[in-house]
Amino acid sequence: MYPRLVPVADCGLLVEFGDHIDPVINAQVATFDRDLMARGFPGFTESVPSWSAVLVGFDPLITDHEQVRALAETIIATMKPGAAKRARHEVLACYDDDLAPDLAIMAQKTGRTPDEVIAAHLSGTYVVGMMGFAPGYAYLDGLPEPIRLPRKTAPVRGVPKGSIMLAGSQCIVSTVTMPSGWWVIGRSPTRILRPENHPPVLFDMGDEIIFKRIDRKTFDAMSTEAAS
Amino acid sequence: MSRAVFLIERAGPMTTIQDRGRFGAQRYGINEAGPMDRAAYRTALAALGYEPGPALIETSLGGLALRCIQGDITVALAGGGFRLTIDGETKGSWCVATIRAGQRLEIKPGPWGSWTCLAVAGDIVAKPWMGSVATHAPTGFGAGVLKTNDEVIIDNAQVLEAREGLLPFPVTGKPRDHVRVVLGPQQQFFAPETIDAFLNTNFTLSGEYDRMGVKLTGAKIAIEGALDMPSQALPRGSVQIPGHGDPLILLSDHQTTGGYPKIAVTIGADQDGFCQLRPRQNVRFSAITPDAAITAARSRAKAETAYLDRLRRRTNA
Repeated sequence: MYPRLVPVADCGLLVEFGDHIDPVINAQVATFDRDLMARGFPGFTESVPSWSAVLVGFDPLITDHEQVRALAETIIATMKPGAAKRARHEVLACYDDDLAPDLAIMAQKTGRTPDEVIAAHLSGTYVVGMMGFAPGYAYLDGLPEPIRLPRKTAPVRGVPKGSIMLAGSQCIVSTVTMPSGWWVIGRSPTRILRPENHPPVLFDMGDEIIFKRIDRKTFDAMSTEAAS
Repeated sequence: MSRAVFLIERAGPMTTIQDRGRFGAQRYGINEAGPMDRAAYRTALAALGYEPGPALIETSLGGLALRCIQGDITVALAGGGFRLTIDGETKGSWCVATIRAGQRLEIKPGPWGSWTCLAVAGDIVAKPWMGSVATHAPTGFGAGVLKTNDEVIIDNAQVLEAREGLLPFPVTGKPRDHVRVVLGPQQQFFAPETIDAFLNTNFTLSGEYDRMGVKLTGAKIAIEGALDMPSQALPRGSVQIPGHGDPLILLSDHQTTGGYPKIAVTIGADQDGFCQLRPRQNVRFSAITPDAAITAARSRAKAETAYLDRLRRRTNA
């Protein structure tokens, strides 16, 4: 049944590799996206990858559904998931109490100490499974099993940017201050959204992320630097 | 270099600076933003002789009042049936007029339409964010939301007397209460009779309408089975069905991804007209094939190009 190709209005083709969140499906998405971005085609506007699908955007004045479908089929036939080496990025994390409003409750709910929650978070190697929702929001998949929790029942307002937030098997380092129902266990001074650069986000689809613990002094120094 | 300065005396809550939009970055969670009625944006600029690209001011039913506190400048209004006045004198709805130092310009909602664009003969000074000044209202990225007492500075301000007057009104500028869609891409979440109901219901635009989108009421659209879809790309114009069953139409400031199924996506050719409906007005949808959607995009673009070319060449002499 998969991959499944579905036309979207007058300007897109949705290429679905599955119907659930799964590392194998997600790696196919990342590979298709990478090949598409490298190849391009006349009228190509953008590739929007997500957990299990890629939206191939096109300009209907230049190309059409039939041509884009043929190109997508060619990419699918030749792509080699897992062959390309993944870029790896280090994200800095400070877990001090005032930056980690949900650390104690997470520890309680998972039956661990706060230090064990931190150690578990630091032990993960995460993959950028999707970006979306808000500018630079990268959904990092790979949170170790023992500290997985469903999200809160209601979102909390004004979660500051830089918050390291957890839910299910995922982790996000937020880039804008927004409401969120995820568990906040620390804060990062690493600039992920950097609009003056190209690309504007530190990570790309499929990249690997690891976290490195920093102390409060380093966090404060870097935060001051970033703000100036 | 001549400069004009506008002091905003009163701005409705959805008054923003927009350019064409910020394209190609949805993969990073960064959406296009840009004008709600994109043809109105192009029309207002063409009325002053410009190609699409420059920044202008978009406002909505809250309207806008500003005073020109420095310089003289020609402006153009297009989109919706709004009314432009200068020092109380009515200039028209889709029109070009000149405002001089000390004069007050006002845009008020008229009998129809939800969004209008005010272009200026000059360059609005605004700091781009990722190469575009288009304002994404929820985050404030871009040039930003305009508020009372803000100043808008315009460099290279010009007076274009030969362009003043009313603009010819294109039929495509009207609101569209019949919007064409391509069904899917998540048709599997809806029973055939649910899709029939979606296509046979006269929906009403609710008051929950902003630059992100609008909620419709009229029929609850039921989702089949468990709502277990992973988040995926959510293009502009999507008809998303959240758990409450009232369709949401995603517009300029839409989120780039979403985890609710899309029963259909509206075609680009009908999105501008849809945006010009007002809360409490009705809309119905009809399904066309993906290939017919492309044909519609091309025929609409052809007609619009001819109209804009005429506007750019137009003088009142």
